[in-house]
Amino acid sequence: MANLTDLTIAEAQAGLAQGEFSSKEITEAHITAIEAARDLNAFVTETPERALADAEASDKRRAGGDVGALDGLPIAIKDLFCTKGIQSTASSHMLEGFIPSYESTVSSKMVDAGMVMLGKTNLDEFAMGSSNETSYFGPVLNPWKRSSDDQSLVPGGSSGGSASAVAARLCLAATGTDTGGSIRQPASFCGIVGMKPTYGRCSRWGIVAFASSLDQAGPMTRTVRDAAIMLQSMVGFDPKDTTSSEMPVPDFQAMLGQDIKGLKIGIPSEYRVEGTDPEILALWDQGVKWLEDAGAEAVEVSLPRTKYALPAYYIIAPAEASSNLARYDGMRYGLRADGENLAEVYENTRAEGFGNEVRRRILMGTYVLSAGYYDAYYIKAQKVRKLIADEFSAAFETVDAILTPAVPSAAFAHGEKSDDLLGMYLNDVMTVPASLAGLPGISVPAGLSSDGLPLGLQLITKAFDEETLFRVADVLEQSAGFTARPGEKA
Amino acid sequence: MTEKNMIAGRTGDWEVVIGLEVHAQVISQAKLFSGAGTSFGAEPNEHVSLVDAAMPGMLPVINKVAIEQAVRTGLGIKAQINRFSVFDRKNYFYPDLPQGYQITQFGDPIVGAGEIIIDMKDGESRTVGITRIHLEQDAGKSIHDMDPSSTYVDLNRSGITLMEIVSDPDLRSADEAAAYLTKLRAILRYLGTCDGNMEQGSMRCDANVSVRKLGDELGTRCEIKNVNSIRFAAQAIEYEARRQIEVIEGGGTIAQQTRLFDANKGVTRSMRSKEEAHDYRYFPDPDLLPVNLSEEFVEEIRRTLPELPDDKKRRLVDKLGLSGYDADVLVAERATAEYFEAAAEGQDAKTVANWVTSDLFGYLNKEDLDIADSPVAAKQLGALVGLISDGTISGRIARDVFTEMCATSKDPAVVVEEKGLKQISDSGELEGIVDEAIAKGPAQVEQYKSGNEKIIGWFVGQVMQATKGEANPQMVNEILRKKLSE
Repeated sequence: MANLTDLTIAEAQAGLAQGEFSSKEITEAHITAIEAARDLNAFVTETPERALADAEASDKRRAGGDVGALDGLPIAIKDLFCTKGIQSTASSHMLEGFIPSYESTVSSKMVDAGMVMLGKTNLDEFAMGSSNETSYFGPVLNPWKRSSDDQSLVPGGSSGGSASAVAARLCLAATGTDTGGSIRQPASFCGIVGMKPTYGRCSRWGIVAFASSLDQAGPMTRTVRDAAIMLQSMVGFDPKDTTSSEMPVPDFQAMLGQDIKGLKIGIPSEYRVEGTDPEILALWDQGVKWLEDAGAEAVEVSLPRTKYALPAYYIIAPAEASSNLARYDGMRYGLRADGENLAEVYENTRAEGFGNEVRRRILMGTYVLSAGYYDAYYIKAQKVRKLIADEFSAAFETVDAILTPAVPSAAFAHGEKSDDLLGMYLNDVMTVPASLAGLPGISVPAGLSSDGLPLGLQLITKAFDEETLFRVADVLEQSAGFTARPGEKA
Repeated sequence: MTEKNMIAGRTGDWEVVIGLEVHAQVISQAKLFSGAGTSFGAEPNEHVSLVDAAMPGMLPVINKVAIEQAVRTGLGIKAQINRFSVFDRKNYFYPDLPQGYQITQFGDPIVGAGEIIIDMKDGESRTVGITRIHLEQDAGKSIHDMDPSSTYVDLNRSGITLMEIVSDPDLRSADEAAAYLTKLRAILRYLGTCDGNMEQGSMRCDANVSVRKLGDELGTRCEIKNVNSIRFAAQAIEYEARRQIEVIEGGGTIAQQTRLFDANKGVTRSMRSKEEAHDYRYFPDPDLLPVNLSEEFVEEIRRTLPELPDDKKRRLVDKLGLSGYDADVLVAERATAEYFEAAAEGQDAKTVANWVTSDLFGYLNKEDLDIADSPVAAKQLGALVGLISDGTISGRIARDVFTEMCATSKDPAVVVEEKGLKQISDSGELEGIVDEAIAKGPAQVEQYKSGNEKIIGWFVGQVMQATKGEANPQMVNEILRKKLSE
């Protein structure tokens, strides 16, 4: 029998269907793995009892011949999703001990599809960060290490716990959320597949809001096929989220295994961002070659406003966050600190409850929305956002997909960028433009750095064209043949 | 002499400039962005959904009824309906504002400019401009008097739909402001978009007041917040105008302020100055898409608009022949107008109007009842007028019947039957009774024949005595004159 924690979702589905193993067995294997890997700090809350109960229920369903799309598969949920009866913290002291009475739409769909709930994964506090170092519950460790030293590395963020857990074989897959790159960047750092669907594909209902116009849930898996399988159970119009889309949902797996002959792949030179690791640029060139070898045509496209994406993002996202996080006021749930009067209660609660990065973004957001600065910052940023979206639309009139690096560097060490805020924010420079435009993007592990760390390439397509995204990603994955695993020194 | 609508000061006459912002609670089963209920008088925090309590991850979903009601209101005041409108967040912290922001419409409201015709007591009419109507969420309620050291919060109102109806600064006196509020409330009630119950808080008013010498630039205004009756609004405006005049004439200047009206003392008091005003950091709510209304949507609502007070008044005067005054009284409240029209159906409208405005209103006032609680149903009052018209009872008997109807809610025909109040209109029967009366008074007959026509009253008295007042007086008169002249 194969190592049960090493299976892909597709393999696990086949094994369960053929009775090679039970959900209980596969779940127990993962619970054991989680216990053995607590030093990674990938989970805020482990739910082994719930997982076993889910598994037993799944095995019973399977015996009755009635199984869902994710039935019996041990999966972890980012702790930004509210989960009924399970502490949901957003990795913030503010929500420590908060147990929702409701289940987010996305996790609810996955529960309905039969998933086994392993627990809640760590993240940057309120999904604000690119290294998972801002979590109130401590940093997450990347299971990968450089071949040249033994320093602990960050898994990326904000979905760092999910990325680390998937890479370390603690779960078959995990959910992430992506606001400016929070799925794709940690996926690249941890050598896994991370996919952000089109804005509106997944309901945001029940996901703790960071930046409403950007937040989008997506799958984090070890293969492109697994991402397609999992996404199928996450998406769909939700009347409780009016920004969710009523567009028909295609069969995402149907495009896998098809060739890409004749597809045009856009290569935007503007993504040769200064300071990008030359190894990554080389990998990007290699990626172009792989796709050309597979019959696609590489086309230069120009996205000249790319350089304005990051500044616009760091105005829009904090602006929305400053308002979205106003509800954490100590009045109804979560942390409440004492004070002599109302203002003090607010101040003390929010000072104690929020970490530095969250406070920084609330301050930035409050500033850019305030009287006298609104037009200069917020309105201008929205205009930039529109121009970036237009630029993508124009590009997609001639190309079917765009290939870029997913990140400007490989995973860095803990503390390495703590004093370098701009350096930290630059992590999102490749992923933010698609976020601003609401486009689907996927990070596919494509190679190793000379120091033995995984590097991802990003594909972007036009809105609601996840089919093409998966189709090209599948070919990229096959061509790259990425089989390296963390913990194996090169 | 002070000009009409002007306030006399020591330095001359002052013009008062008033603009009103009315918050009207939209009639709807559900709140603006959540499915929670809206009924008044529920236990604290009974009508609170996860969205209203701003739990993590909750999202607002626009209630379509609220949109319809705002459009209906806009059409009712002949306003521009904005086919594109946007919901914004108004950010501030308060315990009864769970989200930390109010969802409202700042830059692109759903309804643009419109107008309301106000009717003054002297019979004059004036047109008041409406700047805009926008939709917004109400906040919850902070309760400070339940505990000496704690404040309690009731979120039942949190998220309830309000329309903010903003007038132009067109009003020039407290009386005009009161007339405006009265007319606006009537229109809202006709439209069925707000119940207008100010004492229950479903209609509240902020008044912007400034004063100036005629022809001067607008003065600095003060805003009086949250006045909850029309009478108080008039009192507050009158007080505030005189206060401002006093300050200016005393050499001072008016500071832009938000003020509160103390109904017990009849004064306004400073709440906060402009410097203390919040920076609300408005921005479009990213959780909500802009509202795009189709032309068909608007036209469908226009088609179902009820007849509004101004049109109804015109019809009552032109078609039913009522006096302008009666028509004004009858259309002022939707409930009254509906009562009148139901009562007048198939009856003489002027007679019905008299009965409604005198006898019925008299009774309701005395008993402190709303017309909705009238013991006499509209159809019953109409039937009573019908009995007078067809000669079944006299107008005088009708008053007794009405009194009995008020006490018992019985149909007038039943009361007439039970009490035997039916007039004797049978000429054969009446002739016999008249003959007996003539036989009793030979002396009176002589007097009549010698020219004293007034003596006929004596015979009528005899007939009425004999019939216990049930004889049809008109017929008795006719028969008497005929027989006495023989």
